[in-house]
Amino acid sequence: MIFIFFGEIILNKADSNGTLVKADIVDLVYEKVGFTRQEAAQAVDILFEEIKNRLAQGENVRISRFASFILRKKNARNARNPKTGESIRISPRTVLTFKPSKQLLASTNQETHEDTSNS
Amino acid sequence: MTKAELVEKVANQINLTKKQTEVVVNTVFSSITDSLAEGKKVELRGFGSFRIRQRNARVGRNPKSGQKVDVPSKKVPFFKAGKELRELVDENIAEQENQES
Repeated sequence: MIFIFFGEIILNKADSNGTLVKADIVDLVYEKVGFTRQEAAQAVDILFEEIKNRLAQGENVRISRFASFILRKKNARNARNPKTGESIRISPRTVLTFKPSKQLLASTNQETHEDTSNS
Repeated sequence: MTKAELVEKVANQINLTKKQTEVVVNTVFSSITDSLAEGKKVELRGFGSFRIRQRNARVGRNPKSGQKVDVPSKKVPFFKAGKELRELVDENIAEQENQES
């Protein structure tokens, strides 16, 4: 895919291996905002640290137009080790769930509209 | 926490205005959105990974009328928390509760 920033055409680096990693995000921020690469990296790190801190404190994080990160409490339950058949108790825990926004769902389903058109 | 609060918190920790920080935050999340829209994975060390799961088309039912409805196939973004984040979320909350009781 081709992204256009400031009239300049660049190929997304992630194309090389098909996975977007933090370095790619830092590059995009760097190109878009124009501070040093180090500052861009710092800003991206702080952003994810802040989200982590909030979740660690038991607070849900909602990013409008993107998604919500929601904490859910799971009660203790009995289960079995599928290998040995041994019965074990699973302790109560808190898990993180992800709920994509309508906008995010719309962008991942852009090309599939034709599926719905036939009646 | 909302995006506005996130922008404020991040801006406070670095030498950026709120406006600049907002551009950073928007760029980060739109880059993730764009990658997912292209069917690409996103992997963030210490945080987690995002990928697309394909849901097949199926025949559903309107629970009220019982009528059959065609549900088209769709691509659902899926997030898997990394080990670090998963443990962070679980341990800290367990600790807080132990202190209360």
